[in-house]
Amino acid sequence: MKTTTRVAKVSAATCTAFTLLLTSCIYNRQSAIDPAGPQSGRIDTLWWSFFWLLGAIFLIVMVLTAMTLTRQHRGFEQEPLEALHKASEKTEARLRSVITGATIVSIVILFVLIVASTVTGKANSELQNKKNPLTIQVTGTQWWWQIEYKMGDPTRSLVTANEIHIPVGRPIQIRGASNDVIHSFWVPNLNGKRDLIPSRITTEWLEADHPGAYRGQCAEFCGLQHAHMALWVIAEPEDKFNAWLEAQLQPAASPRTPEEIKGEQVFMNHACIYCHAIEGTPAAGQSGPDLTHFGSRRGIAANTLPNTMGNLAGWILDPQTIKPGNHMATIEVSSGDLQPLLEYLESLK
Amino acid sequence: MKLTTVRNASGLAICFVVIACQRQHQDIRPSPTQLAIYGDAAKEDALRPGGPVSPQPTVNNPYNASAYDISEGQRLYNWYNCSGCHANGGGGIGPPLIKQHWIYGGEPANIFDTIVKGRPNGMPAWGGRIPEYQVWEIVAYIRSMNGEQPRSATASRADMIQPSPQTLVNRTNDQTK
Repeated sequence: MKTTTRVAKVSAATCTAFTLLLTSCIYNRQSAIDPAGPQSGRIDTLWWSFFWLLGAIFLIVMVLTAMTLTRQHRGFEQEPLEALHKASEKTEARLRSVITGATIVSIVILFVLIVASTVTGKANSELQNKKNPLTIQVTGTQWWWQIEYKMGDPTRSLVTANEIHIPVGRPIQIRGASNDVIHSFWVPNLNGKRDLIPSRITTEWLEADHPGAYRGQCAEFCGLQHAHMALWVIAEPEDKFNAWLEAQLQPAASPRTPEEIKGEQVFMNHACIYCHAIEGTPAAGQSGPDLTHFGSRRGIAANTLPNTMGNLAGWILDPQTIKPGNHMATIEVSSGDLQPLLEYLESLK
Repeated sequence: MKLTTVRNASGLAICFVVIACQRQHQDIRPSPTQLAIYGDAAKEDALRPGGPVSPQPTVNNPYNASAYDISEGQRLYNWYNCSGCHANGGGGIGPPLIKQHWIYGGEPANIFDTIVKGRPNGMPAWGGRIPEYQVWEIVAYIRSMNGEQPRSATASRADMIQPSPQTLVNRTNDQTK
């Protein structure tokens, strides 16, 4: 009686844990089982078929175990196994058939799972044969992402950071590179992951089914701030994407208000320009993220914080508290210079 | 006898721990404030800057003996394109940084002044442009090229496949010993 209660308690707890786990997966945006593209759709199907099949096996095994543990003694008719040291013909035959059956079932299940995985992998690699792909180079750097759109024509090449815009329904070729250590590109709702390896180009393909913003992050431990190395993939209809692209290809907006004009001077007279570039100005540093259209981006510090003026002030004055160990220099900005600098940077739409 | 061995061993262990702590020390919240020493760390003679005998520096490099500072210096050396003129220490457009004779003095404060003030014939003045703590980190790296940093803090091998000046210097030092 006591055993039954305990079994009931344990199974209830397991069920609750599973439900919590699943709901947290389903309602979280950044998730491989919330697919937004044909490839992640296939991965999702595969994941759920694994889940139901293996979950069923787990349950059957657990039920059988519970039955064995709680089974009553059958009485004196039972064969005295221990005395004979040899099972009877009948028991021997039953044992043999059970083992044979279990082995066959296991082999069949493993075969089915292997075939399912291979078919999914093959189907996912078919994307590279689709016409009209868009190539985007993603370079992992401690601890942010450099994004380059290579359009063939050098005047239409675009460099940005931590945010990828893609047109819906068009295959995207991600060319992965790294500037320092091994990173890994993973946008769970779309596809991945693929390691970014120094002095080597790796390729990943993805496609979005419907518009939306999908969060991705580095999936290979890459140092102190690995956890704060996120990016957004924003899927838009083709015309909206083209409008975005045209806007991004323009040089930076010139400052209009007196505050913004002062802010530009502050930027150009501080250490900012040694690492950051702003198209159309003398700032041409290549070590940090390109800031040409900084104001249009969602986050700062590789999406550690939302891009607001307050967060930006904190980030400029004391980057090492927000993201300890990162490579943004701690510089001295006087109180009178800070507000113009913030207004200038946020005006770079 | 036994007691002495134990004492020696524990003394040695403590030494190792202390060295390890210093080697790995990271000042990840440096002060951005520019101190008054900007541009006159070495208190040089205006007529003969840097030498003939290096003037006694009054300021010591606060970023001297940590592996983290040296590696940060190495990163900044490339980020700020010091390598554009000085290559990986062998020199090119600018003079080599691996050497016995320094035109403007080889003490940390002298190198600091050289970076901050600039020098005639091409060395730009970086004072007021890059934060002071980064200048000191670059000084630490430049001195490590010459094997002038503690061996405990210097990398035993370079990141690159090619032997770096740093490892070359260490190797020649080993051979002369």
